[in-house]
Amino acid sequence: MSVSDPALSRQGASLPRATPIFRAPVPLMTEGGIALSPLEVAYQTYGTLNAQKSNAVLICHALTGDQYVASSNPVTGRPGWWPTMVGPGRPIDTDRFFVICSNVIGGCMGSSGPASLNEGTGQPYGLDFPVLTIADMVNAQAMLVDHLGIDSLFCVAGGSMGGMQVLQWAARFPARVFAAMPIATGARHSAQNIAFHEVGRQAVMADPDWQGGRYLVTGTRPAKGLGVARMAAHITYLSENALQSKFGRKLQNRDARTFSFDADFQIESYLRYQGESFVERFDANSYLYLTRAMDYFDLAADHGGSLSQAFQGSQTRFCVVSFTSDWLFPTAESRSIIHALNAGGASVSFVEIDSDKGHDAFLLDVPDLFATTGGFINAAAKARGLGVKP
Amino acid sequence: MSQNVLTPPPATRVDLLLIAGLVAEKSRVLDVGCGDGSLLTLLRDQRGADARGIELSQAGVNSCVARGLSVIQGDADTDLAAYPDQAFDYAILSQTLQATRQPRKVLEDLLRIGKRVIISFPNFGHWRVRWQLGFSGHMPVTENMPHSWYDTPNIHFCTLRDFVNLTREIDARILSARAVKGSGAPMRVHAPWWFWNLFGEQAVFMLERG
Repeated sequence: MSVSDPALSRQGASLPRATPIFRAPVPLMTEGGIALSPLEVAYQTYGTLNAQKSNAVLICHALTGDQYVASSNPVTGRPGWWPTMVGPGRPIDTDRFFVICSNVIGGCMGSSGPASLNEGTGQPYGLDFPVLTIADMVNAQAMLVDHLGIDSLFCVAGGSMGGMQVLQWAARFPARVFAAMPIATGARHSAQNIAFHEVGRQAVMADPDWQGGRYLVTGTRPAKGLGVARMAAHITYLSENALQSKFGRKLQNRDARTFSFDADFQIESYLRYQGESFVERFDANSYLYLTRAMDYFDLAADHGGSLSQAFQGSQTRFCVVSFTSDWLFPTAESRSIIHALNAGGASVSFVEIDSDKGHDAFLLDVPDLFATTGGFINAAAKARGLGVKP
Repeated sequence: MSQNVLTPPPATRVDLLLIAGLVAEKSRVLDVGCGDGSLLTLLRDQRGADARGIELSQAGVNSCVARGLSVIQGDADTDLAAYPDQAFDYAILSQTLQATRQPRKVLEDLLRIGKRVIISFPNFGHWRVRWQLGFSGHMPVTENMPHSWYDTPNIHFCTLRDFVNLTREIDARILSARAVKGSGAPMRVHAPWWFWNLFGEQAVFMLERG
């Protein structure tokens, strides 16, 4: 391999080998009609699979998440991304359940993605990587679950893009999903959400260092573009109230305006920091691919235009959760899911949790979310014969 | 397992037992305004029902979800429209009709969604209510209607007679009607309407589309 690039080595060589990687025995046929091979899926597991293999929980991560749901991320050194939800004694209790979390394909934490080596060229794929869909991600996860010897998952749970995967799992593999928890998500990406994603992608592509997607070969880094993409996206994860109460018009380490374009306001400084720290851990092309997969998601369109058709006769127990201040995936999106589930005769619960934390509420310390999840998981575990929580 | 006799769990409301007694075994049931899920749990555990619910309060939904029930946070006025026709054997509205914005539309929706509709409500024609309004000259506050006028969620009270008139207007057939005294005991079955309307504190009707 003739690539000597710091970005690639950060994405590749220094990637912790501690993470198990599943190498698929067969290519993945993508929805776009391309056979992806080799296919690698990096994952983490927590807890112990029981003898009946009936206690497995699959956690699906969001756009910028990874497989480190409940253990520290070796790249950033930060704790797992859902420590309040998954872990010993948590609502998704790793003392009771065998928790699996894999990096989505198209991602950049060890699973096959645009930064992976294209065996045909000996160089990183870049834009030669096939455009993926949520269904492709789920099909790859299903191969991993097969590999782990698990027929039926006790629960599939996730928020945002993770929630899309949950819905896709339930629609595509109903018999393999006992319980499903789609949180702060939708059965399709709205025009507004596609619009925000397009702004982000254009920011990346406008960065000259992006080099038509070949930055790993040219040895450049579209850090500015990806940083701007992250800044714009980050606003959509919060709420106006949360921004106002946290930052208001407060100035950043200064007593007066500087009459310049420096980050006078705290909110500017905060967003710049979000952008800068993001580019340290995320691959720009992955960001293009994963946002695209979300944009393409439309479960109803995949089922003749009828969302209820996607869940017809499903035996899965659903618990759908939304948050009052989430304007990226507002409650109306969740309601259209539950209406479809109801019309399909599925067993569904729905809670709209009162929170001013915006879309990101699902990742934060929101006690009502834990109460809902704990109650749903315990009741489902009882129905599954996994006993009740002591 | 056949359960012809309902064993009340401790502290079960009498009107809930009365409603549960109307539900055939192994039915599909939707309880609109299901609260903490007491009735649904009773129907599931003792009637083998496939029990679903709609509840406005998050605390209520959480309690239901923890009981393993399938309950949606929502309200009768807006969320019934999304249910398909005849999706349930029974659609139940217990002590909620008077709190809906459009009782007539809610009732029509229930009749569309459920093959049968079971509905209970406080009777505004009860003598104690009439007494408070007619002689004391103030809005009635009773055990079943404990709120003052300014903080009551109940915005559409009706008497038992009003309700019967509504069923005629929307072409619903009354399959059974029970009035319940203050003690919670059902009144004797063959009493005339005027007697029920005066002495029944609550009413439990079972309807179907005419």
